[in-house]
Amino acid sequence: MAKIKGAVVVNKERCKGCELCVVACPSQVLALQPTEVNDRGYHYAFMQNPDACIGCASCGLVCPDGCITVYKVKL
Amino acid sequence: MDINEIIKPENLVYTKPRLMNDNPMHYCPGCSHGVVHKLIAEVIDEMGIEEETIGVAPVGCAVFAYNYIDVDWIEAAHGRAPAIATAVKRLNPKKMVFTYQGDGDLAAIGTAETIHACNRGENIAIIFINNGIYGMTGGQMAPTTLEGMKTSTCPYGRNVALNGYPLRIAELVERVDGTCYVTRQSVHTPAAIRKAKKAIRLAFENSMAGKGTSMVEIVSTCNSGWKMSPVKSNQWMEEHMFAKYPLGDLKNV
Ligand SMILES: Cc1ncc(C[n+]2csc(CCOP(=O)(O)OP(=O)(O)O)c2C)c(N)n1
Ligand code: SF4
Ligand code: SF4
Ligand code: SF4
Ligand SMILES: [Mg+2]
Repeated sequence: MAKIKGAVVVNKERCKGCELCVVACPSQVLALQPTEVNDRGYHYAFMQNPDACIGCASCGLVCPDGCITVYKVKL
Repeated sequence: MDINEIIKPENLVYTKPRLMNDNPMHYCPGCSHGVVHKLIAEVIDEMGIEEETIGVAPVGCAVFAYNYIDVDWIEAAHGRAPAIATAVKRLNPKKMVFTYQGDGDLAAIGTAETIHACNRGENIAIIFINNGIYGMTGGQMAPTTLEGMKTSTCPYGRNVALNGYPLRIAELVERVDGTCYVTRQSVHTPAAIRKAKKAIRLAFENSMAGKGTSMVEIVSTCNSGWKMSPVKSNQWMEEHMFAKYPLGDLKNV
């Protein structure tokens, strides 16, 4: 079976820190920044565990603000 | 593998819809409105009807939808979107015309307009965002508020003896002869979002094909009005809203 590897880019200034992407991710890749905030004061999402990303796009689908871009490669 | 080898245009699998612009949306963090906006933008793009689409948005949190989705829009007075959409579609029968209405709009002040537009079988699609509350004005009780659910105007919970029963609009318009498609969806999980997108697409296709009125109800959250986190709101919706507002197609003819 071909191995799949994904990566996401979060538009950090657009993110509102709602956490919906964090709970939607099946691989526990994402987290909210514990201390850092964006210009609007939100604890934005980031890839805490990038190696686990499978590029499933669940995070992108659930993000109400369209902050997440997802990439995927077959290895 | 280095992340920069993955993040390349040829490996793109998901991004913000092309028709959703970069204006920051005013919605509260985690609000369902944003997810539905994305689906509408994607469907219009995929159908290639960007120039054929006219949306009608009345009062409610989504009154500013025109700021975010780059198609033609008309603003309507509270509850009057189906009446405006009727005129727009009759004068422009080749256009895809849809309304985007909250429950405080569609199920309260606009109930008559909605039911009569459905009964006339106007060739419009109605997107109905049912979050069980008046979000925009600070979380007052709506006709759709669940029994026992607390809002700022029923702080001890909706009391049926005093306030009547939660109103199930989809079940009402399903019985009306002019509707061709009535469905109830949600956008709280990736699977639900994919299904809701298919429903919106069918409703838009029905408007283009002149098959009658379609209604896509989206059972939604208003985490600010509900006074819960966005994650908790989705859980609460699954546990409480879906019992009164079960998901699935009610009519597809
Ligand atoms: C004629 C009129 N009456 C009342 C209002 C006040 N008002 C603004 S939004 C709203 C309810 C909005 O609730 P809903 O349609 O459910 O939208 P939501 O914000 O929950 O998405 C009301 C009563 C108004 N703007 N115009
Ligand atoms: S693409 Fe899938 S695996 Fe990767 S972060 Fe998003 S939800 Fe998690
Ligand atoms: S779902 Fe979107 S807005 Fe919410 S935390 Fe994730 S990236 Fe930010
Ligand atoms: S008040 Fe409710 S419906 Fe309005 S933007 Fe906030 S969460 Fe969404
Ligand atoms: Mg509402």
